[in-house]
Amino acid sequence: MNQHVSAGVADPVRVQPAGLEDVVRLVGLKRRFGATAALDGVSLTVKKGEILGIIGRSGAGKSTLIRCLNGLERPDSGEVFIEGREIGRLGERELQPLRRRIGMVFQHFNLLSAKTVKENVALPLKIEGRPRVERMARAAELLQLVGLSEKARAYPASLSGGQKQRVGIARALAARPALLLSDEATSALDPETTRSILALLKDINSRLGLTILLITHEMEVIRSIADRVAVIDAGRIVEEGAVWQVFADPKSEITRSLLGGIRPQLPPEIASRLVPGEGAETILRIDVAGEAARGALLSDLAAAVPGQFRLVHGGVDHVQGQPVGTLFLAVAGVEPAHLAQVTTFLKERDARVEVLGHVAGPV
Amino acid sequence: MSPVLFELLIRSIWETVLMTGASGLISLVFGLPLGLALVATDRGGIAESLWVNRILGAIINGFRSVPFIILLVALIPVTRLIVGTSIGTWAAIVPLSIAATPYYARIAEVSLREVDHGLIEAARAMGGNRWTIIREVLVPEALPGIVAGFTVTLVTLVGASAMAGAIGAGGLGDLAIRYGYQRFETSVMVAVVVVLIVLVCGIQWIGDRLVARLDHRG
Repeated sequence: MNQHVSAGVADPVRVQPAGLEDVVRLVGLKRRFGATAALDGVSLTVKKGEILGIIGRSGAGKSTLIRCLNGLERPDSGEVFIEGREIGRLGERELQPLRRRIGMVFQHFNLLSAKTVKENVALPLKIEGRPRVERMARAAELLQLVGLSEKARAYPASLSGGQKQRVGIARALAARPALLLSDEATSALDPETTRSILALLKDINSRLGLTILLITHEMEVIRSIADRVAVIDAGRIVEEGAVWQVFADPKSEITRSLLGGIRPQLPPEIASRLVPGEGAETILRIDVAGEAARGALLSDLAAAVPGQFRLVHGGVDHVQGQPVGTLFLAVAGVEPAHLAQVTTFLKERDARVEVLGHVAGPV
Repeated sequence: MSPVLFELLIRSIWETVLMTGASGLISLVFGLPLGLALVATDRGGIAESLWVNRILGAIINGFRSVPFIILLVALIPVTRLIVGTSIGTWAAIVPLSIAATPYYARIAEVSLREVDHGLIEAARAMGGNRWTIIREVLVPEALPGIVAGFTVTLVTLVGASAMAGAIGAGGLGDLAIRYGYQRFETSVMVAVVVVLIVLVCGIQWIGDRLVARLDHRG
């Protein structure tokens, strides 16, 4: 899974050997804007048929990164391989046929107001020089795929945001691309519309086997559709892996902070009462995922160690079909020596345990 | 109004329409590409070339800063070269066109510049070249503004064509001065003013209708 190549190392091999499997391969990509480094040595790969999500805060370099993939942005150094072909030295004219292999969906849809929905969808084919009959047939087919057949003759201004993005997706698919780039495609949409657009992208991915690279600042988007996630911060990939594993065990501070909104956190009213040292109850944080989360962890714990265990907060999520749990436990009537027993027991069960502190009275 | 004067009025209307229409058309044909060139060569444009942009801009500003009445006289040799004479309706079309082209280029430039950069980027991401961007994005998206600007140019030309009477171009302005003002034919003066108002309102009305039909921006 993790093909992270260390930053700044140039690959001496110009033609990628495993070119059939990787749709995208980036090696040591760097791009500066004035004094700031938008990309500071980014290396990653996107495999055929997978959905890779790149997440980061605004200004982390996501947009620059995605625009390097179709040559809208030129890296200062590093290499971009698309289907095994290095595109960095291609001129604008040579990039044009390559861009037709890459569909792109935009945050603000970027539909042409002077063209009907159908004409918008057919535009990539017009650019390819396809005959009109073929363009119209393909556009009708795609509008059916995104569920907008009845809007074919409407103008974009009369559509809702979700409908506009469906047109944007249909347009991106028109020329049968090998790769779909999604630049914050759902960031301008409400939560319900976001879900339906993400479901559509997921459906296209599984039905057409289309490789998708999406950038977002919302973990919810990653959680819904990505297979793999790469976290970008200050122009560097700080973490990368299968989505459920990153959710279960985020390594970097930035990932934890991005997960903050959708993973259970200790409620502030408890957090504010935490003291180090001693108290009536000890508050533990338990992170458990995958196989380890499927067992009878809590009842086994109660049977193995004497004491009172109370669940104060937390829950188990399902990410990519894997259980990912975070539990906050209040432990009472346990001697400090026994507390070590609790953590040892949990660690043996592949759970991560953290003693957050103590509270004076019951919470 | 005597039949002779009436006939003169009809002829003057035709001369004004001819001068306005012909020079309007010429300013459209040359001004729109000029406007496109100004936008394309500017910073961040699809064919960025700042020195070309500056030279074009300077030429356009030069023509625009010369008062029309001076341009009319100064261009007499050029007019003679193109039309063969420097007097008459056709002769007036040359300075009118040369004055209106840079004017319209600036108006078209404003509309073209307002096209959302995201649309140009989308066309590039689809693999479109510069010509595609001009044909499929810039011109169609700016079309309501391009048409509205053309309407403004035509109305301005109606006014400017009156001044062309100074070189014997005829037209309504010439009629108003020579008969209405210098010979105290009040009825001619009133008729000319009424015709001009109708003409300007008509152009504006057609232009507005056209813009409304072309504009799908919601």
